[in-house]
Amino acid sequence: MALLQIDNLTVEFETATGWFRAVDGVSISVEKAEVLAIVGESGSGKSVAMLAVMGLLPWTAKITADRMLFEGRDIQNISPAERRKLIGKDIAMIFQEPVASLNPCFTVGFQIEEVLRIHLGLDAKARRARAIELFSQVGLPNPEERLNHFPHQMSGGQCQRVMIAIAIACNPKLLIADEPTTALDVTIQKQILDLIMALQAKNGMGLIMITHDMGVVAETADRVVVQYKGRKMEEADVLSLFENPKSNYTKALLAALPENATGDRLTTVSAFFEGNPEPAPGVSA
Amino acid sequence: MTDNTMLEVRNIKRDYELPGGLFKPKKIIHAVKGVSFKLERGKTLAIVGESGCGKSTLARMLTFIDEPTGGELLIDNKIVDTRPGHLTQDMRQKVQIVFQNPYGSLNPRQKIGDVLGEPLAINTDMSAAERRDRASEMLTKVGLGPEHYNRYPHMFSGGQRQRIAIARALMMNPKLLVLDEPVSALDLSVQAQVLNLLADLQDEFNLTYVFISHDLSVVRYIADEVMVMYFGEAVEYGTRNEVFSDPKHDYTRTLFKATPKADIESIRARVEKKKAAAAA
Repeated sequence: MALLQIDNLTVEFETATGWFRAVDGVSISVEKAEVLAIVGESGSGKSVAMLAVMGLLPWTAKITADRMLFEGRDIQNISPAERRKLIGKDIAMIFQEPVASLNPCFTVGFQIEEVLRIHLGLDAKARRARAIELFSQVGLPNPEERLNHFPHQMSGGQCQRVMIAIAIACNPKLLIADEPTTALDVTIQKQILDLIMALQAKNGMGLIMITHDMGVVAETADRVVVQYKGRKMEEADVLSLFENPKSNYTKALLAALPENATGDRLTTVSAFFEGNPEPAPGVSA
Repeated sequence: MTDNTMLEVRNIKRDYELPGGLFKPKKIIHAVKGVSFKLERGKTLAIVGESGCGKSTLARMLTFIDEPTGGELLIDNKIVDTRPGHLTQDMRQKVQIVFQNPYGSLNPRQKIGDVLGEPLAINTDMSAAERRDRASEMLTKVGLGPEHYNRYPHMFSGGQRQRIAIARALMMNPKLLVLDEPVSALDLSVQAQVLNLLADLQDEFNLTYVFISHDLSVVRYIADEVMVMYFGEAVEYGTRNEVFSDPKHDYTRTLFKATPKADIESIRARVEKKKAAAAA
């Protein structure tokens, strides 16, 4: 049984000119301890699909799916109270902007202990011990002292480590990382990716890595889903995707990488489409 | 003997002074600690480094936004007097800048036509009709159209906005363009378009670029020369091939190692390593 299974998910938003379809019939499944990367440009619906899983979309969004199962349990029609018990405990998410996703009014210690209090019901002493343990696990120096710091006292990389510590606080079965390293420097990106991958291997978490960076995909994923304008273009394991991409869009994306430049101009995605037919909807591998 | 040097920087420095408090002594931050380089006309110098290494401070000094606290800046073999009030209009026109975030660098209440016409209105005595023609012409050059003249920034995508920012920088026919992370806020496919545009414009106007970036794959593609900065110092400086094939400094090596590898061999190696770990 898959850890997370989504069949034919569609998300629509109402706009002045009618319903806009952000995600169009996408099916995704993740196995236990598997790393799935979802790649696409901004506007390809990769984040929206995952926010739908988390139940974090505003009420104006219309979400329809044939099935949305987590460990075989329906998560499409559960009550908000039930969902609150699940989210943050069994399914956790790391967001793109670490500094913006922490609350500036509270210390990071308070914010991590809040998760431990609500989901695990630990007492104050146990919470503090666990928070220190988590902070040292994600490689924050002086964890005891760090607990009393506010987000603005830390760098972007440190804030992202705090976010990761909060996300893994309850040993989630599924971790969704939404562009976890986009806002960070290359050297810090490497540290954060190594950290996430080490935790994934150690805890046997399922991991969904949302990104637009083909380099991050190459370094982390087992399996890859390529999305374009809300549709799934291709699904393949990481090696065959890079070695032998099936859909024209994936080929175009790989050709647009500066390291694959031939001659003195880059192949742009639109130029690539001119010579090739537009990909048919829902092309699968 | 023809000297083709566009830009020369000699031991340039910038210190920032943090005022002290009652019990706190005054602190001086050395953002750029003596950087020197020479750049030929029509070439691209890429400056690489992590945030806080002083690369943007350097860009601000090159574009006269910040005054250097030491060293000399030569443009077209002339020493630039960077003291406030001593800069000639002529000098200002030669150097222009494109900022990182196209969402923040355009005034949301200004129409695109006015964005492009403003430098002309301030620096020249062109008539409004002439300014309009020049702006429309420039819009076509950067891959937009005259129909975009009356639109506002929010009506454009990130890539289009960066094209507008580039067009604005080119309005005064500069010789040197400083690009402060011009593609790091853009998607991969849009990034390719903007990089191609920059290459086209460089050929057309014989522009000299100082290209600031932290993305080594972009740098490898666009640069003729590369400088790596670390804590305000240039730790590595050479032609692209020298730096990429034989990095001298430890930090440069760390940087190369940290860059994700997307070639098939390294993916295969990683997948096999993971399989072996799972079997064990």
